[in-house]
Amino acid sequence: MSTELANAHAAQDAKTLVNDFSIEIGTVNGSGSQTANSVLMRTIFLMGVPVSGKNLFPSNIAGLPTWFQIRANTKGYVARKHRVDLMICMNPETAKEDVLKLSDGAIVIYDEPLKLNTLRDDLIYYPVPFQKLVTASCPEPKLHKLVKNMIYVGVAGQMLGLDMIETKKAITKQLKGKQKAIEINQAAVDAGFAWAAENMPAQSRIKVVADDKTKGNIIIDGNAACALGAMFAGVQVVGWYPITPSSSLVESLIDYADEYRRDEDGKSTVAIVQMEDELASAGMVFGAGWAGARSMTSTSGPGISLMSEFIGLGYFSEIPGVFFNVARTGPSTGLPTRTMQGDIDICAKCSHGDTLHINLYPGNMTECFEFAYESFNLAERFQTPIFVVTDLDLGMQNWMSKPFTYPEGNFDRGKVLGEKELADMKDWGRYKDVDGDGIPYRTLPATPGGKGAYFTRGSGHNAMAQYSEKPEDYVALVDRLRAKYETAKSYVPKPILDDTGSKRGILAFGSSDPAVMEARDVLVDSFQKKTDYLRLRALPFTAEVDAFIKNSDVVYVVEQNRDGQMKALLREFYPQASMKFKSVLHYNGMALDAQTIVDQINAFEK
Amino acid sequence: MTTATPSAPAAPTNRLGLTKQDYVGSKSTLCAGCGHDSITAQLINAAFEMNIEAYKVGKYSGIGCSSKTPAYFFNQAWGFNSVHGRMPSVATGAALANRELVNIGVSGDGDSMSIGIGQLMHMIRRNVPIIYIIEDNGVYGLTKGQFSATADLGSVLKHGTVNELPPIDPCTLALELGCGFVARSFSGDPKQMNAIMKAAMAHNGTCIIDVISPCVTFNNHDSSTKSYKNAKDHDFPLHELGFVQFNELEQVEIPAGESKVVTFPDGSKVSFRTLRDDYDPTDRFGAMKILHEGAEKGEFLTGLLYVDTSKPNIHATTHIVDTPLVHLNQATLKPGKDVLAKCMDELM
Repeated sequence: MSTELANAHAAQDAKTLVNDFSIEIGTVNGSGSQTANSVLMRTIFLMGVPVSGKNLFPSNIAGLPTWFQIRANTKGYVARKHRVDLMICMNPETAKEDVLKLSDGAIVIYDEPLKLNTLRDDLIYYPVPFQKLVTASCPEPKLHKLVKNMIYVGVAGQMLGLDMIETKKAITKQLKGKQKAIEINQAAVDAGFAWAAENMPAQSRIKVVADDKTKGNIIIDGNAACALGAMFAGVQVVGWYPITPSSSLVESLIDYADEYRRDEDGKSTVAIVQMEDELASAGMVFGAGWAGARSMTSTSGPGISLMSEFIGLGYFSEIPGVFFNVARTGPSTGLPTRTMQGDIDICAKCSHGDTLHINLYPGNMTECFEFAYESFNLAERFQTPIFVVTDLDLGMQNWMSKPFTYPEGNFDRGKVLGEKELADMKDWGRYKDVDGDGIPYRTLPATPGGKGAYFTRGSGHNAMAQYSEKPEDYVALVDRLRAKYETAKSYVPKPILDDTGSKRGILAFGSSDPAVMEARDVLVDSFQKKTDYLRLRALPFTAEVDAFIKNSDVVYVVEQNRDGQMKALLREFYPQASMKFKSVLHYNGMALDAQTIVDQINAFEK
Repeated sequence: MTTATPSAPAAPTNRLGLTKQDYVGSKSTLCAGCGHDSITAQLINAAFEMNIEAYKVGKYSGIGCSSKTPAYFFNQAWGFNSVHGRMPSVATGAALANRELVNIGVSGDGDSMSIGIGQLMHMIRRNVPIIYIIEDNGVYGLTKGQFSATADLGSVLKHGTVNELPPIDPCTLALELGCGFVARSFSGDPKQMNAIMKAAMAHNGTCIIDVISPCVTFNNHDSSTKSYKNAKDHDFPLHELGFVQFNELEQVEIPAGESKVVTFPDGSKVSFRTLRDDYDPTDRFGAMKILHEGAEKGEFLTGLLYVDTSKPNIHATTHIVDTPLVHLNQATLKPGKDVLAKCMDELM
């Protein structure tokens, strides 16, 4: 850390942090801590303070360490915070490590028998007799393990000044009206609160004061937001295979569709099939897309690798399909429960041969919803696989958002010829570029009238969809596919630009956005460095990206991978600006934080 | 009175008013005498006789010689030549998108028993309505003659390599997985193929038809168990098959007595005149037993080995609407504003 920043922190340490702090809770997974953590986070949210929650969980069902990080910030900064202000230690396995990594002055709430107060003398310790409290508050010994975590909600609530009426609402919501569970959990929270009020010395380091900054907002994860977008886009066929961190996307869709996509007889208007693997999921997407349905799958990096062959077929034979990639830390199994923007390259060019795909990069919950919806329009408009690229941080973590706006207007079903249009045509050709935009017309199987049938193949073909190995037919085909990619520039979401005229550009995308926004403010406040910010939202790169690069003296490309995959793409498409691009990288599996960006930009400008 | 000169007799038409010519495809590019072409011919005959509306057929294949054949039948049908071994998932997607499609998949022993065995098995398990023909020659023709997984133990390749691995039998595999229509035939027996294909066209689930189809170029020497000579010598039909389409039932008498009759959901019937003792095509365990016994003796038992018309197919198990999904309009597919408002409210 730079001296300036350290000084700034030291100055902050002296005062009370009101509505601006981070909490980390170390627990054992499978112990019911998720409920307690959600209640704690939601209470702060209900008190009107912007908040985010990140679950750092292991690839394991029960028994391994897990952490939950809550960031509350009155200005709305919701990226992961480097510094932990309150640590709650419930896991004996990691407690020592959890305490040793803290910055000085942090508060530690811990299970009394762990005796953590001997480890360091620069922290503020609050031992709590959790076992005693849970035994007294919960009559059923069987449930003690699960309810124990609710005690710290009460203890922390008392310490932070949380409004217990909001906590009660949060419990009711979290447990969805299961009365007995609500009562047991509420009793544990009350016991924790009462004990803290009576026995715990007051602190003035961190406090929550009711505000009005979250009114009307929702809390959602990106996978649920994508699922909603797909449901409203009228998705008809889904083939999927479970993989962390994408499984909850289709599982959310199953739940929503169960409620909102049935006909009057209770039959479903969407077919969702859990396939035997990702290859089959991709095959199903293209079979359905070919037959005229809106189809999708959801997966993560290893799944994309398995789907690559099919994606080449979809690209080359021009079949619509939507591929959600909720990226995790690769390669191989990697860190399957950690985040990474590691599949930028594979999704941009998925498959063998020359392939270029349309990619969408949602950067927040609203965009997860809207881009998921729009991806189906783009898939059918361009008759090609579309990637919606998110990551574990967007997909599985809890984000505050304005409620989504209903997507008005009609679906874009693209260039499809029906019986009537075909009847009036003389020489229809499946792969003819009639309109000069690279997008041919297609027909759907079982269109009556005796016209329009054609043979789809992954082998070489001419404009009439006939098998061809002729050099000129191949070149015409792949050049048209490239022209189609150019056409897509005027259809994909444009980047979001904040131009301050500084000529110091930052280019980022996806889940990096909250950390970039915060870093820009820090750069101005602490270092008097203004930056321009372009948040990329899609591939292909559009005219706005061209202009941004042209107008910048330097472009810091912020991304969460080792090799600077986006920078490599930019260098390929903007070779003349190659030296302007500087990589700001973060790839340890944790979500990106502002400090990392500030430090790396400062290092470049030393 | 003068006698009119008789004009050339018009080509016969089926109930849809179509001639057999309406069911043909492009000219085959396979080797002259390839067994696969006889299978194509019987598909055309069966579809003509069954009054199949060709434009409602979805033709699917993977990669290999067999997988080229969907181009050689039903010019009016949409075809999809996909990737090696993965045609079952493509067909599954299409079948779900449009449940009115008549699905015909043509595959080979390499496509189905090696690279694609996983997808085939799961397609059978899901009971996707499809006529899935395995054109089985025990060899990879398109890559010029490597063994496939159905090659018999001890069979010899053209250049002398001996196969030391046991074969996988598509029919016993399909039976094991609960397939409701399992048949084997021989490309040199057009009559039997015709009856089996017609019965398959009446079935509403996965039909696995393993057709021994000798490779005239790479695997037709006498040591090959999948040569014409060997197949002809060792082909033991289980029964004589009679297929009667539902709407012809009034005119045709179903043979009674020693034969067994199975009725399909559309009312069509298939009759079995048993050639082997105590063979019952609705007895799954019996079918398994006789197949294993046949294999021990080096026989190809042909015919409709097993049929069960009652198993629910994928349309039933996905609980989708009766209307083909592709026919649903935006008003049905896109929930209203009230739904989004409700979803948002739950997240506040």
